[in-house]
Amino acid sequence: MAKKTIRTIPQERTPIPVQDAAVRVENFDEVALGYNQENALNECARCLLCPEPACVKACPVCIDIPGFIEEISNGNFHAAYTILSDSNFLPAICGRVCPQEDQCEGVCPVGDTLEPVAIGRLERWLGDLAIQEGWAANPYKEPSDFKIGIIGSGPAGMACAADMAKAGCEVIVYEALHAPGGVLRYGIPEFRLPNHVIDAELSNLTKLGVRIECNTLVGRLFTIEQMREEMGFDAVFIGTGAGSPKFMEIPGESLNGVLSANELLTRCNLMGAGDFPATDTPLGLGRRVAVIGSGNTAMDALRVAKRLGAEKVYCVYRRTEAECPARLEELEHAQEEGIEFHWLTAPVEILDDGEGNIGAMRCVRMELGEPDDSGRRRPVPIDDSEYEFQTDMVVYAIGTNPNPIIGQTCKLTLNKWGYIETDETLATSMAGVYAGGDIVTGAATVILAMGAGRKAARSMKAYLGLRDNSAIYATAPDETINTLFGIDVEEKNFVRARLA
Amino acid sequence: MCPIITAAKEHQAGATVLAHSAGTGSAFEIVAREDFSDVTFLIEFTHPQMARAARPGQFVIVLPHEHSERIPLTIADFDRDRGTVTLVIQAVGKTTQEMQKDCCVGARLFGVVGPMGVPSHIGSVGKVVCVGGGLGVAPVFPQARAFKESGAYVIGIVGFRSRDLVFWRDKFESVCDEFIICTNDGSVGIKGLVTDGIDSAIKKHDDIDEVIAIGPPIMMKCSAEATRPHKIRTTVSLNPIMVDGTGMCGGCRVIVDGKQKFACVDGPDFDGHKVDFDDLMNRLGRFTEEEKLAVRKWSEHCHQSEPLPHSTAEG
Repeated sequence: MAKKTIRTIPQERTPIPVQDAAVRVENFDEVALGYNQENALNECARCLLCPEPACVKACPVCIDIPGFIEEISNGNFHAAYTILSDSNFLPAICGRVCPQEDQCEGVCPVGDTLEPVAIGRLERWLGDLAIQEGWAANPYKEPSDFKIGIIGSGPAGMACAADMAKAGCEVIVYEALHAPGGVLRYGIPEFRLPNHVIDAELSNLTKLGVRIECNTLVGRLFTIEQMREEMGFDAVFIGTGAGSPKFMEIPGESLNGVLSANELLTRCNLMGAGDFPATDTPLGLGRRVAVIGSGNTAMDALRVAKRLGAEKVYCVYRRTEAECPARLEELEHAQEEGIEFHWLTAPVEILDDGEGNIGAMRCVRMELGEPDDSGRRRPVPIDDSEYEFQTDMVVYAIGTNPNPIIGQTCKLTLNKWGYIETDETLATSMAGVYAGGDIVTGAATVILAMGAGRKAARSMKAYLGLRDNSAIYATAPDETINTLFGIDVEEKNFVRARLA
Repeated sequence: MCPIITAAKEHQAGATVLAHSAGTGSAFEIVAREDFSDVTFLIEFTHPQMARAARPGQFVIVLPHEHSERIPLTIADFDRDRGTVTLVIQAVGKTTQEMQKDCCVGARLFGVVGPMGVPSHIGSVGKVVCVGGGLGVAPVFPQARAFKESGAYVIGIVGFRSRDLVFWRDKFESVCDEFIICTNDGSVGIKGLVTDGIDSAIKKHDDIDEVIAIGPPIMMKCSAEATRPHKIRTTVSLNPIMVDGTGMCGGCRVIVDGKQKFACVDGPDFDGHKVDFDDLMNRLGRFTEEEKLAVRKWSEHCHQSEPLPHSTAEG
């Protein structure tokens, strides 16, 4: 085959069919419908199959991207899936929720001239095809007598569990909620990541022999020390996430109708509050809903509120659209769906309606001042610009704190913010205990958590004297955790500058 | 036939199956049930691991069936030898009424997670008063027992509406040096509220180190007010609305000493003199309309069964 060049490949990025905005705000079905085979082949033809692919280095789990794309082009779909799933156990999930524009697609050389190859869409297509065809990820099992405990069934824990199971270990994953998946289950809404996709990907894990025990709050039911000393776990991975919501501590915050995005999303995604009273968990949706913050969680909360039938849904953010930390696609989708954006606006007080509910919100207008430590221009309140914002539900999506339970119940060293301190191998202060994902870095992304889970698995294998059988790590960069593709560890925030 | 058992049938693939394959064995099986009144009942379920881990002051979150809400309930007792945990429940909302109907011996709860929350601090105090009203009578028992075991002089005070609603008298008497029952109608013990019991205990003993008060918010508020002038340390156990119980949703935030706290991970025990009870009571009313709707729908659904009373045993 003649070598492809930027001039010979299809110039246009293959569009992905999406549900029309007017239709989708009435349902919880997926927004982006996914490629078909023809779309996928067409898009694969746009990949230059670089000999030294930048995209692989930019992927937190180092997927051999040109490798799987080449196999798709050759029509070897199962072989393509094997390559993909060697590095990424949850391709149907990551294809949907990764910020590809900051990772693989952000460094794709095709993107220098044209739109980059739609790697995320291809990953999703292949992941969905595998689910449809019932392909299981390639088990690479060597028997070992080791028993591994994983705390948290979110992306970090699942990735670590998969690698340890492939290494032949007995793996038990403990989940505090009654259904597994962590943030994938309770956080990300159905229209962005359907539950059946999570179920399919998780069942791959159980096929590898991983046992998932729900309703188990580690720290309180038993401690990490007990796992190591009494329960026979040779190594433990902590992937509990950061998920304790932040509030602003402004007056009126305890009025009814003020809640965290975590609570709104958990009530809806995990507990089915959207169907109350057919289900038992209520939500108490407001007529006019204001979401504070503009990250991915905020986008999810906004779009859930819209779909549940709120008449007005507002995004209130103290900076401008250029600093909006959400994934570009989520922001665009939210805008198409009729969410009203109030940039350079910050709440200062929530007012009582006289009956303990929200009457309105007092906001102040902001302007951008000098750059702060994160390099972003600091928002500064404009004098005498306060005004009343009419709303009856206020949802906070302004970030999270580390969950305190692990810190309360074991002697692990934490940093000054309360996150677990690890070395570069993700080892904690306790021998045989590793940690990764949001509980180490602060709120980040699904794929970074997965990358951390895999990195911890590699360290665990070294600790246990197991051969590292995941060849992909031969080329893996060691500094994955600190380079953080667009995420500033210190600031614990996305700092992508989206130039207007 | 208990509907809860049928509710545990395999549903669609995925989460359900995984939750069922959670290797819980015989966990969550109800092994004892006792009815104290037309609204108050006890269930004891097996969970050896939880029985070993549970300490006074902690709570669990229960999902009676797969599609129910998650309800927080304070642990009323635990038996490490039997490997069981006991809950005392008041059937006042849809889920608790459903449990009253369905939770018979042999049935299984879909999920129970816990123990949750920071255990009560059982210090080496000389003299302690353990006060339970309404929903709080049962959960204050493990505290009284723990204080007794640590060598304290324990005064137990419990409140009921009338004599026929009294339960666990023997259990309390076995761990209390003094035991005072207060009833609204005076049919047994002191005629009056638990605060009258607290007043009389304070009058009799000028060396009380601590008061533990568990019950409806108004009862805990009044108990804290009764001890405030005497500057007796008063610990209350807060019961706000919560979803996950692991610090993730923030629905259970309460105001203590002017600061926001999450009852599920920072509590549930707090200094009663510093709790903003009015805020707590307002927040407990957050879903009043939805709760009424759910109860109405459920009562219509099972209209063949006898109408359920809605009053509570007030302390």
